[in-house]
Amino acid sequence: MRVYVTDLDGKEHELEALEGWRVMEVIRDWELPIKAECGGACACATCHVFVAPEWEDKLHPATDEEEDMLDTVPDVQENSRLSCQILMSEELDGLKVSLAPSSKPEEKVA
Amino acid sequence: MSEREIVTDVVIIGAGPVGLFAVFELGLLDIKCHLIDILDKPGGQCAELYPEKPIYDIPAFPEISGQELTNNLLQQAEPFGPTYHYNQMVTELEKQEDGSYIVKTDDNQTFKCKVVVIAAGGGSFQPKRPPVPEIENFENKSVFYAVRRRDEFRDHDIVIVGGGDSALDWTLNLAEIAKSVTLVHRRDSFRAHTDSVNKMRALVDAGKIKFELGQIANLEGEDGQITAVNIKSKDGEKSLPATRLLPFFGLTMKLGPVADWGLNLHENLINVDTEKFTTSEEGIFAIGDINYYPGKLKLILSGFHEAALMAQAAKKIIHPDQKVVFQYTTSSTSLQKKLGVK
Repeated sequence: MRVYVTDLDGKEHELEALEGWRVMEVIRDWELPIKAECGGACACATCHVFVAPEWEDKLHPATDEEEDMLDTVPDVQENSRLSCQILMSEELDGLKVSLAPSSKPEEKVA
Repeated sequence: MSEREIVTDVVIIGAGPVGLFAVFELGLLDIKCHLIDILDKPGGQCAELYPEKPIYDIPAFPEISGQELTNNLLQQAEPFGPTYHYNQMVTELEKQEDGSYIVKTDDNQTFKCKVVVIAAGGGSFQPKRPPVPEIENFENKSVFYAVRRRDEFRDHDIVIVGGGDSALDWTLNLAEIAKSVTLVHRRDSFRAHTDSVNKMRALVDAGKIKFELGQIANLEGEDGQITAVNIKSKDGEKSLPATRLLPFFGLTMKLGPVADWGLNLHENLINVDTEKFTTSEEGIFAIGDINYYPGKLKLILSGFHEAALMAQAAKKIIHPDQKVVFQYTTSSTSLQKKLGVK
């Protein structure tokens, strides 16, 4: 199955994903830039993505815990989700998301 | 503020789980530590990001919360009398001619020590900055991420953004002295304590403060002084006259001054060897999530192992004349004496 991820430069990447993997983990495994500093614990909101409109209703709604963490995202939108809270499944094959500015890792100094 | 200098064996930068365990390992070898952390409490990520979340991969603890782990590590370190310095960030690290180090913090605290242990995890926790054009021009003049001096806000038109405890607590607190307070949040639901939310709603109903749904779009003002905060929401845009803005979106980790200390780095992590966990500078060690070596796994348990080996190497620098006898806490009466057990 696949997930399509648009980076901050607007380039779309087609990523092979495995069932049960978190979308954050897929993005990180393919080495696209994503901060994800808490490692998937729904505790930091730095894996923030925007979900393509046609996919918004196909995702399970955000839990209260995810909504609480989205409160700490300064660039939140209606289609904001935390990619560590989206688990890949057959129904989500072809999912499209864009990386949010608040998920950008720090510049590498060396 | 006057310059103060503390002389000690070891300065540990970061009071997270690995820094705390380093106190224990160094303590068994008769080495005294001072710890410095930018947070107002020990525990690092465990305490700041997930104090209530269970961790399942700490050896011998099938399940333990971030806060419980921190409390246990504090207890384990206690016999060695470490000194904790919170709310401070290390800004400078300088090697002296005699091989010792001078460590300086942004609170004007100076340390002189023989060994520095960097256990800074993902870096220093700093406030999340809203992606608003030119916000940096207003920071610390009319835009603040914390209230350090309450009087800075007296008689001002204040906009507070966020839905957590910091946002709600300061809304209630500053309402007493401000000219006006407007709380802005993206939804009409808050993760702050229910009691604070109820008090806030009561103040809104009484007309003492305002609540607006939305988020910051941009700022108006010049020379560091804001005049209005423009917000956007589903209903469109709105301009809120304001002379102070307090955005509360929590903290995120930044590498910070570590990059300026002349150490060899690997993608923002500090290169170390796996025998001593020493950096490219003798006398500076790096343990836990902040270091890099081939095969590195960012696990708390790896940091514990690194702390133990680092301590052996640090001992040779701090007490070069003392022979180290390897001992177990189960059988060594001298180790048990240090731990205060009978």
